[in-house]
Amino acid sequence: MTAAASPPEVLRAPLVVEFPFTRSLGPVQSAFLTGLRERVVLGVTTSDGRVMVPPVEYDPVTADEIRDLVEVAATGTVTTWAWNGDPRPAQPLATPFAWVLVRLDGADTAILHALDAPDPESVATGMRVRIRWATDRVGAITDIACFEPADAPADPAFPQAAPHDGIFADAVTGIVAEARLDYTYSPGRAQTAYINALSERRTVGERCPSCHKVYVPPRGACPTCGVATTDRVEVGPAGTVTTYCIVNIKARNLDIDVPYVYAHIALDGADLALHGRIGGIPYDQVRMGLRVEPVWTEGGRHPDHYRPTGEPDADYDVYKELI
Amino acid sequence: MARTSRHARDVAVVAFAQSDHRRNTDELSEVEMVMPVLHRVLARTGLKAGEIGFTCSGSSDYLAGRAFSFTMTLDGVGAWPPISESHVEMDGAWALYEAWVKIQTGEADTALVYAYGKSSPGSVRDVMTRQLDPYYLAPLWPDSVALAALQARALIDAGETDERALAAIGARSRASAETNPHAQLKGAVPQGAYQVAPLRTGDCPPVGDGAAAVILAAGDVARGLCERPAWITGIDHRIEAHGLGLRDLTDSVSTRIAAEQAGVFEGPVDTAELHAPFSSQEVVLRKALGLGDEVSVNPSGGALAAHPVMAAGLIRIGEAAARIHRGESDRAVAHATSGPCLQQNLVAVLEGDRT
Repeated sequence: MTAAASPPEVLRAPLVVEFPFTRSLGPVQSAFLTGLRERVVLGVTTSDGRVMVPPVEYDPVTADEIRDLVEVAATGTVTTWAWNGDPRPAQPLATPFAWVLVRLDGADTAILHALDAPDPESVATGMRVRIRWATDRVGAITDIACFEPADAPADPAFPQAAPHDGIFADAVTGIVAEARLDYTYSPGRAQTAYINALSERRTVGERCPSCHKVYVPPRGACPTCGVATTDRVEVGPAGTVTTYCIVNIKARNLDIDVPYVYAHIALDGADLALHGRIGGIPYDQVRMGLRVEPVWTEGGRHPDHYRPTGEPDADYDVYKELI
Repeated sequence: MARTSRHARDVAVVAFAQSDHRRNTDELSEVEMVMPVLHRVLARTGLKAGEIGFTCSGSSDYLAGRAFSFTMTLDGVGAWPPISESHVEMDGAWALYEAWVKIQTGEADTALVYAYGKSSPGSVRDVMTRQLDPYYLAPLWPDSVALAALQARALIDAGETDERALAAIGARSRASAETNPHAQLKGAVPQGAYQVAPLRTGDCPPVGDGAAAVILAAGDVARGLCERPAWITGIDHRIEAHGLGLRDLTDSVSTRIAAEQAGVFEGPVDTAELHAPFSSQEVVLRKALGLGDEVSVNPSGGALAAHPVMAAGLIRIGEAAARIHRGESDRAVAHATSGPCLQQNLVAVLEGDRT
């Protein structure tokens, strides 16, 4: 039995995307989240007189601006639920819990949160629950740590929502919505070949079978013809500066003295210029047509920069189509 | 009976193609995954990329974890010299809607619509939490299965279904997918353990990578490109409030209104391709669309057999159109959804000429 050809090894690496979105709050959301910090649950009255918890600033039916805040109870009734036997990392509880929609006493709509319960048998639609407050409260939905079962009947203080002015000292006016997503990035076949070749100090492109242009770096497709570029060709190592700019602002975490030159470089045999830094020559002597070659540093997986080869400059006509 | 048109122009789906949907496509970049599908859909009409009047795509950067990832797939279209092009950060069904509007305006006679999603690089359950309200929901990270499970429980409590009936929906979908060469899950698949109860693995869509494309054309152009065009005689989409606690999760008001506006109820339908990633959502959609047992629902296997996020809705339109192209349907309804618990819904009616 002959072994099937193994597929070419594709590069992969962890890719972490983190974003601390900073969001401002309008008057209603500010009052609601500040209220949570103070253990007060506020709702808003809709155009048709219903009490919406959590509150929003515009009526979901009429789109009218709504601002009439009311206070509701910290106890309520489960309207639907789902048992989460295997909590995911950032969810409210680390132990198995129920997701619940809870209609708080005095409210007409339900709020989504977690219910701390020992097992699914102890959860039911219609069960009574109450808010368990977080110890450290900052003005966020997570100030509600979770809900917990409560035998108590409806809070007599809130047969119906009570008007509230929504005014608290030191109101919360914004939140930071932290998020982190973890990925495994794979660049695909064409770019894997390009990156692997670079680590061997070679530059490979791919030729379009239709228009015969050689793309560097290759992305697997010819953007002119919309067909796969599978014909691999080695280009360079030397190339021609087609255009350039002088960088005068130092980038953070970049250990390169300014000013320096950043250039488009058409490697010999390529029909597309790639970009790189020019070194080994004073910045004010770099010019269009300058012949350059890549410089690899010890152990580097890609060229650190390009330096002059010492050849005569290329004629403009040779590279004008690649600018 | 002659069709009565409510639109400025008659527009039809004239071709459909999709990839084989797979759990993982590490060896392919997005453009490498999309390009063969584009070539196939163009080949079905004989059109060249440069002859397409308008191009529109649907995808989401959050799946790839990279900004403007959709621009890379344009290489597969052949976007030079510059083309008339647009993108929606949504399911491709909404890209199709934009393309349909473009043709209605008279600015194009043909359109290429494509959509793709690679869920494999990340955790799609977590990724989808980022589409939720950032103030009240996203900080709690309620994943897509959890939200669907809340809806499923509401349906069970209301007596509209039970766990056995839900399992039967998954089993029927994957049995139907036996004849779909592109489906990711087909045949007998164990119902599996609870993911978020009451939903089990078999009630949830497979996580997968894939792409799809359709070509739209107007009037005589459509007749020249396709033996039996699938005329879009109605199309509409509606959205509901984001807050789950504001909605009756056992109903889909937006689907019903979109269906009324699209003319679904003006005649019988024989086929329904419903974008119901969770078995419980088929129960809601059948009710909203008034589908009886005589209607063939998701003969392709539906989203429970293959669910490339951002392409699965466009695939429903494509599958419904393909049945009309093949003469297996005369009047089909196609549906796409977006947002948690069927928050937003698009409904299209597709009809073939009768002889």
